[in-house]
Amino acid sequence: MRKELKGLVIFFGLIFLFPLLVKSPYYIGVLVFWGIYSIITLGLTILMGYAGQISLGQAGFFAVGAYTSGILTTRFGLPPWLGILAGLGLSLLLSLFLALPSLKLKGHYLAMATLGFGEIVHVVLNAWVGVTGGPSGFGEIPALSFLGWKLDSEMSFFYFTWGWVFLFFLFSLSLLKSPYGRALRSLHAEERIPLSLGVNVYFYKVFAFLWAAFYASFAGSLYAHFMTFLSPSSFTLILSILLVLMIVVGGLGNLWGALLGAGILTFLPEILRTFEDFEMLIYGTFLILVMIFLPKGLVSLRRGKVATGD
Amino acid sequence: MVKRLLFLGIFFLVGCLIFGAEYRIGAVFAVTGPASWLGDPEKKTVEMLEEEINSQGGINGIPIRVIVEDTKGDETQTVNAVRKLITRDRVLAIIGPSRSGTTLAVIPIVEKYKVPLVSCAAAEAIVKPVKKWVFKTPQTDRFAVEKIYQYMKKKGIKRIGIITGTTGFGAQGRKHLLALAPKYGIEIVADETYAPQDTDMTPQLLRIKAKNPQAIVNWSIVPGQAIVPRNMKELGMNIPLFQSHGFGNIKYVKAAGEAAEGIIFPAGRLLVADLLPDTHPQKKVLMEYKRKYESRYQEPVSTFGGHAYDAFWLIVNALKAVGPDRAKIRDYIENTKNFVGTGGIFNFSPEDHNGLDIEAFEMLTVKNGKFTLLGD
Amino acid sequence: MNWQNFLQLVLSGITIGSIYAFIGIGFNIIYNTTSIINFAQGEFVMLGGLILYSFHQSFHIPLIPAILLTLILVTLIGIGMERLTLHPVKNPTVLNMIIITIGCSIFLKGVALSIWGREVYHLPFFFPRPPFRIGGASITTQSLVVWVALIISSAFLYFFYRFTLLGKAMRACSVNPVAARLMGIKVKSLITLSFALAAFLGGLAGVTITPISLMDYQRGSLLALKGFAAAVLGGLGKEFGAILAGMALGITESLVAGYISSGYKDAVSLLILLFILFVRPGGIMGSKEEISLREL
Repeated sequence: MRKELKGLVIFFGLIFLFPLLVKSPYYIGVLVFWGIYSIITLGLTILMGYAGQISLGQAGFFAVGAYTSGILTTRFGLPPWLGILAGLGLSLLLSLFLALPSLKLKGHYLAMATLGFGEIVHVVLNAWVGVTGGPSGFGEIPALSFLGWKLDSEMSFFYFTWGWVFLFFLFSLSLLKSPYGRALRSLHAEERIPLSLGVNVYFYKVFAFLWAAFYASFAGSLYAHFMTFLSPSSFTLILSILLVLMIVVGGLGNLWGALLGAGILTFLPEILRTFEDFEMLIYGTFLILVMIFLPKGLVSLRRGKVATGD
Repeated sequence: MVKRLLFLGIFFLVGCLIFGAEYRIGAVFAVTGPASWLGDPEKKTVEMLEEEINSQGGINGIPIRVIVEDTKGDETQTVNAVRKLITRDRVLAIIGPSRSGTTLAVIPIVEKYKVPLVSCAAAEAIVKPVKKWVFKTPQTDRFAVEKIYQYMKKKGIKRIGIITGTTGFGAQGRKHLLALAPKYGIEIVADETYAPQDTDMTPQLLRIKAKNPQAIVNWSIVPGQAIVPRNMKELGMNIPLFQSHGFGNIKYVKAAGEAAEGIIFPAGRLLVADLLPDTHPQKKVLMEYKRKYESRYQEPVSTFGGHAYDAFWLIVNALKAVGPDRAKIRDYIENTKNFVGTGGIFNFSPEDHNGLDIEAFEMLTVKNGKFTLLGD
Repeated sequence: MNWQNFLQLVLSGITIGSIYAFIGIGFNIIYNTTSIINFAQGEFVMLGGLILYSFHQSFHIPLIPAILLTLILVTLIGIGMERLTLHPVKNPTVLNMIIITIGCSIFLKGVALSIWGREVYHLPFFFPRPPFRIGGASITTQSLVVWVALIISSAFLYFFYRFTLLGKAMRACSVNPVAARLMGIKVKSLITLSFALAAFLGGLAGVTITPISLMDYQRGSLLALKGFAAAVLGGLGKEFGAILAGMALGITESLVAGYISSGYKDAVSLLILLFILFVRPGGIMGSKEEISLREL
């Protein structure tokens, strides 16, 4: 715990100092996206890394969060906070509906079911033109404000987003340290072991599913109010796969891995953008090399220092 | 690859050497990804023009540098790229983005940082309502629809079926098709859509066929605009097929094969430049662009590259006239009149940030695998 | 709508479905030896179409030799991919291997982009004659080509897995790789073989469907998504399951688009897919016991 606290202080200290040292709105903007993706991966790593369930539909919950708060604030003039809460509520409801029957599925069948969910959300965003704006999307989503402070600059949104990343990190950390967390971790192993220990496997799987959906939905709302424009092309299967890549490249079942993976895969396209046609070659090679040489993800480079996780 | 890297390297070095003594213009195009059929010719066009200007000694002796960023057609990536161009590279103006969705996504940023942006995307929503810093060069999709409807009215076509792709482009077209039909006394008897990955539109076409319309309008991007005509032919549907101005690349005609014969669509005059009379005011510009592009890249010119051509010259002309000042460049573009581009003759004003009217379109058709003027 | 239209919808549904099924059976082969989903399967399909285009249209090689050359080349690419990326990994987890195939998929798309660019390519029908008419509905010659190729491929796979030692050994690999190794099966070589076979079939799918669906560097993965759905719905590892499920998906899509709403056709067919999975967690042809034996 001590070591972790030290890591936390150093990491978030550096992050919070960043905008003061590097004043470029470009880098701050990219870091906002890092923060937003980190929130999703911090939730997803609980589901995938601890509960051992795969989800290829996380973009669906991200979209539900984004669209719900975007539509409610833009069309109906609701305050953003209500919009975010409504998005969270809807996501939890949907994830419950999906989780209850889905978690009987295993492996690729579960992957297919969650993928199907994500695709259905995407189709609905495209086809329900009257509400979602269809493929053309909609804009002019109002900015968030926090304690009377209007979050319309990159800098203010940065602190707001990373403040939440910090809180979500602490939530996840305390979850893992609690008895619930220990039960959750045991799921990753053979299902029969936790069963024989009296753990209600089904309950914990559903719980992890809801947890991940909650994080994704919240991140979606942040995304909507930061971009102020939404269209279905931002919420495709490619994003769901990218999120899985983030936690696996970072290090599965490790909160630091979730942060690191989100960071690397947010920055990589920025660095590679000048290569244009060759970007895919480099990106693909990068993934293959990481998986061959660091199958436990990039966190395994510094296993000794950070001890979160198993 | 080696050549490319070398080129990049030299480019970078040269850029460093003359740092501070160059005019920087940003360009954000979907060079890769699903919309790369737009971004690729756009990028090639601005790179060609950049080289041309610099070989002639730049603008008032100062070279220009066009910094092209690939957006992959993705909104998050575009937002990052635009923020980078504005705040890190400190560009004077931005060309692009290629897609309507990505353009709408970056409007808040350019408005906030007060940077003129000339989009290469078609949606009317980009310039209506007018945004202070945002312009666009492609003809508005609404006029494309009106042009088709005018022709239909003349030919006595009153009942039509429409089929659109579920992309931003297809959805915008559908919106205008539905909204403008009553104005021309046209009844839409069938309204179908399809997804970009669909391989067979027979079911949708059967639904349309059952309603017995006089013509079909297909509004989409590739490969939908090649598959629909082929499916129609297989079903033995012989009613006229109208497509959007997105059909403006001869490659798509090849992809549709024989089924492309007789397709009618509105487009800028670039595709039929050599058929225009010599007295046509656009003839010279169009022929020059076509000749340079085709000899350099060994591929047929498309209207999409033309949008980047127009955007580039709008910005460069402004830069020549008023110097490196974002606000003055914006004002200059807003007051540009009678600018002869590939898309038409532009007349900008504070109320109109597109500057084109319906006359920018010509009705074309496909005959013997080539584009030709439809005539009456 | 009359029955003639219904027939046409079913026929085009079968055409769409056979494309899904053809891609779906490719997933099964690799699943049968490794328990992983090969995300690069769609790229084999894409390469099949684009390489044939180059051989046939650009180099003017006659169709049959061009197809053979294409299939050989795609098969070699499949072998190369496995040897260079999956082979060197020691004790890989299923998730690691899947991510590697995602990396390969992106890489192969990048290669295709730099060779063929962004254009959409099309091939002429193998037998250029007007569509056949059956009871007022039409069916193109190329659809028949896809069906025939699909039937031959799946029949071959059926006999291969049921009646040859090699085929049985390949199935043993995925159910329990350790036990298979103890029985003297060279697991790693069989995995390479399965990639060769999957690439071959993916290439064949690409070759036969490109005249219908057209092809560009990113179309393979779009089509593969539906192929994956067919493979899972049918029960992973079951060739006939994939065919059945692919057809069911295609016909459902076609009927929904024809009678209900074209905008929601994908949503409706996915909902049906989810429903079937919830009722039969191992797919139409799969059994629960078999799944519980597998790793992931």
